Amino acid sequence: MELSVFIVKSIIILAVFGVSLLIATYSTWAERKIAAFLQDRPGPNRAGIFGLLQPIADAGKMFFKEDFIPRQANKWLFIAGPSLAMLTACMTSAVVPFGDTVLVNGAEVTVQGIDINIGILYVFGVVSLGVYGVMIGGWASNNKFSLLGAIRAASQNISYELAMGLSIIAILMMSGSLSLRTIVEQQHGMNWNIFFQPVGFIIFLTCAFAECNRTPFDLPECETELIGGYHTEYSSMKLGFYLFAEYINMFVSSAVIAVLYFGGYNYPGMDWVRESLIGGLGLNWGHNLATLVGTMVFFGKIFFFIFFFMWVRWTLPRFRYDQLMNLGWKGLIPLAILNVVLTGAGLLAGTRLLSWVLILGVVLVATIQAGTARKRTVAAGRLSKV
Amino acid sequence: MKLTNRSRKTDKSPMTIAERLYLPAIASGLGTTIKHFFQKKPTIQYPEQKREFSPVFRGLHVLKRDEQGRERCTACGLCAVACPAEAITMIAGEREPGQEHLYREEKYAEVYEINMLRCIFCGLCEEACPKAAIFLQPDKIAPAFYERDEVIFGKDRLVEKMDDRASVGIEKYTGVKS
Amino acid sequence: MADKIFYFLTFLSLISAMLVIFSRNPVHSVLYLILTFFCLSGHYILLNAQFLAAVNIIVYAGAIMVLFLFVIMFLNLREDTEPRKGMAAKLAAVVSGGLLLLIMVAALRTADMSTLNNPASFDSQIGLVENLGRVLFTDFLLPFELASVLFLVAMVGAVMLGKREAGERNF
Repeated sequence: MELSVFIVKSIIILAVFGVSLLIATYSTWAERKIAAFLQDRPGPNRAGIFGLLQPIADAGKMFFKEDFIPRQANKWLFIAGPSLAMLTACMTSAVVPFGDTVLVNGAEVTVQGIDINIGILYVFGVVSLGVYGVMIGGWASNNKFSLLGAIRAASQNISYELAMGLSIIAILMMSGSLSLRTIVEQQHGMNWNIFFQPVGFIIFLTCAFAECNRTPFDLPECETELIGGYHTEYSSMKLGFYLFAEYINMFVSSAVIAVLYFGGYNYPGMDWVRESLIGGLGLNWGHNLATLVGTMVFFGKIFFFIFFFMWVRWTLPRFRYDQLMNLGWKGLIPLAILNVVLTGAGLLAGTRLLSWVLILGVVLVATIQAGTARKRTVAAGRLSKV
Repeated sequence: MKLTNRSRKTDKSPMTIAERLYLPAIASGLGTTIKHFFQKKPTIQYPEQKREFSPVFRGLHVLKRDEQGRERCTACGLCAVACPAEAITMIAGEREPGQEHLYREEKYAEVYEINMLRCIFCGLCEEACPKAAIFLQPDKIAPAFYERDEVIFGKDRLVEKMDDRASVGIEKYTGVKS
Repeated sequence: MADKIFYFLTFLSLISAMLVIFSRNPVHSVLYLILTFFCLSGHYILLNAQFLAAVNIIVYAGAIMVLFLFVIMFLNLREDTEPRKGMAAKLAAVVSGGLLLLIMVAALRTADMSTLNNPASFDSQIGLVENLGRVLFTDFLLPFELASVLFLVAMVGAVMLGKREAGERNF
């Protein structure tokens, strides 16, 4: 590998890492700001302009709090828990393609940590390991509430991983590749997967909420039942790591959603932009600038989904635990399997749009049933008057 | 039987498929919250921006002086009697010759104390006062205190300062300044 | 380079496999077992089987071991409450372990390694999903389908066991 290519690649990897941490940091600020705005409040606005220094103040507070390890706790595992949570959260962004290629001395360098041919499986593997951070931490605290919270979190994550994996299979059938970069490249020219896989998208989004332990599936943490859930015994930056890992996960799952269903760094008219930039600035600068624009668009999509995560959090109440399990096992998994079967049938028949049949059918049945149900209540009202 | 007008009958009919799908309901909920996102925030940024007091607000007490700077209080004790929380104590003293510029009446309060932990800011002392000497200011909040010995306010903190007259006085009743 | 990684991974996997057996705390055992799985995944990657490596992590380390951990965390195992194992149990363990060893040795003794070390027949695409799927659905179709039937049976059995019967009250 040439030295300049190596340097550019290193910069990209460092930038990806730094940006994911930075975005996670400012997600805490955005969470509070958005929560406030949705509730007709201005939110944090004292630390810096618009409260922009708030995350730094929070981090400072976290660092200076007493770092406490319970006497009966398993010390090493107690420390390993939050470290694992943080580690697995940071690992995922390595395979996400943040942009097209950069031209350096005539060599193309991809704007991505590493492009591996099992990219999406890597993401799943790392996500499934994320459970350990929670479980080990919960168990090592030697506290019944922590343990119960950890068990809850783990069983929720495992249950929703299944539906998540099944919803992805439909995408993989259409793309025929596990590499995230290939999946993105196939969505070039507004062939976004969302248009072909609406059901899969809804399932994936729901599962992403559950995997990140976000409302309406934020059951691991529950004051009335479990005190703080798995991080009851944690304080200082160890607690900070757990909370921070949640935000990194949110960033990564937004990125993965954007990659899988919303075309990643593709945007309408990108070919025209690239050509006119190359025409104006020459091949090197034009290409790199076009890549930059694509990356910006990709981050725009990510920000939208992060906003959506928060928007949903401050709109919906949480599920009860049995409702959560019912939705996962009895609702989403069969639906995902049905979606896979329909997509396969559609691909055999030569159309990618067969998944819409599911949505149309459900809408049709629902409207018909709603119509008859209204008639029934009207009839019942008439009867009661008599 | 209907006890209030606000009671509402719950709809216990089985949910339709559209309702059981959750998604339409979620969409409408998201619509509601995003509407609030763009609404004007009613928050008042406190230290920079202060809320207007109600004209009948009852805040920190003040022992008034008259227009020549003499204390109006004659230590009759009616306020202490009227006080439901028994927060007011006083010791009366006789005005010496030569103190006419200090006290309006021949008898005055040597000590006048209000226990702010007991006071409930009902304003009965103000109503009981025959000399229009004690008022609850409509524009000043009783300050917070950090120590137990700060809670009893003596004359040093209650009597009106001549260079910083209270906004309330006998004109509240007469309409004329005197 | 690959040699060194191989020896390192082998060393690590052997050490962690030993620790699975020798650690007193069952939760530590499970964690060492997860480490062992990671080492095995490393071996898969060295063998150019990335798909197997990823699936090994997802299925074994990510799902099955979590369930193990579930059970063990709830057991509240202490050294003093651990029951003493009888002679018969130890004997049975030795016999079944020895049988497994025998089968593995017998299987590997006659294995033909010549194609693996031959650069001419080396195919970098051999471990990818596409080839694996093709092999599974052509040459090994019967074992594959039998395994899936086995899983189905196991699942039905688990549902049967877990189902609450009429009138039964557990908690």
